Amino acid sequence: MSWTVVLIACATCYVLKLAGLSVPARLLEDQRLQRLATTLPVALLAALIALQTWTSGHHLVIDARMGGVAVGAAAVLVRAPFIVVVALAALTAALLRLM
Amino acid sequence: MADALPAPVRRQVLHDALGIGIATGLYGLSFGAVSVAAGLSVLQTCALSLLMFSGASQYAFVALASNGAAAIATAALLGARNALYGLRMSGLLRIGGVRRIFGAQLVIDESTAMAIGRERDGEPASRLAFYATGASIYLLWNGLTLAGALAAGALPDPRKFGLDAVAPAAFLALLAPRLRGRGPLGIAVAAAIIALVLTPFVPAGVPALAAAAAAVASLAFREAAP
Repeated sequence: MSWTVVLIACATCYVLKLAGLSVPARLLEDQRLQRLATTLPVALLAALIALQTWTSGHHLVIDARMGGVAVGAAAVLVRAPFIVVVALAALTAALLRLM
Repeated sequence: MADALPAPVRRQVLHDALGIGIATGLYGLSFGAVSVAAGLSVLQTCALSLLMFSGASQYAFVALASNGAAAIATAALLGARNALYGLRMSGLLRIGGVRRIFGAQLVIDESTAMAIGRERDGEPASRLAFYATGASIYLLWNGLTLAGALAAGALPDPRKFGLDAVAPAAFLALLAPRLRGRGPLGIAVAAAIIALVLTPFVPAGVPALAAAAAAVASLAFREAAP
């Protein structure tokens, strides 16, 4: 990973935060802006969950990660704290690889 | 301004801020490990936590590390909601100049949520919640990112410890509260399927962006509908 890419990404994310604080508050009323802001992260995160669970490079795979994420999902459903979800997912994937 | 706050409210706000700081900070520990496992150096990993300081953007960035343009674009798309949080927070904080330059970095999911949660106790409590939560997470997130990055370097293979299941599970936990209702759930499932179907055929990073584009298209479609 090149430093240029790291710094451009950091600058972009920071400028977004600063821009929000610097824009007049009345723009918050824009309904389309609100809907876009709530929908894009949902689509992106959902795509990333699928990609990180079932892909390796350009291949679709089923491995220990799926077990880990499934147990993590169960923990989310019973409203376990964030850190418990993450720990259970890692523990499950690690145990599956031992088997 | 803090003098106007009753001591019990002040104590509760600071207590909550520390609690969420610890919970989120521990997640920084796993970010440090995942980032190094994805091929970033310890210094780059720490730079991301110090300068980007946005959990979902950072995870997405290192997940797409093999494609610089997609990594930047996805981090920006995930960070874009901070701009909208900023719109919400600007009326509360009313800061300019140097204070705005530093305050902006603290505009994230948790600080915004905590500030909104304290609105019933008045603006001073709400402002304290924003700054205390932001500062607490910033310190712990960065300290534990470094610890996680260094610990990952000592591990023979992060997958042995299931660390590759951490990022998708973390995303799932972050995303779950936003999935209520048929609309968001449908978009999430569609995005996941689109990304998986495209994976064998397009460059890394493109599947996630295509899924995001599909979500934008579905929004436009719904707006066009009567």
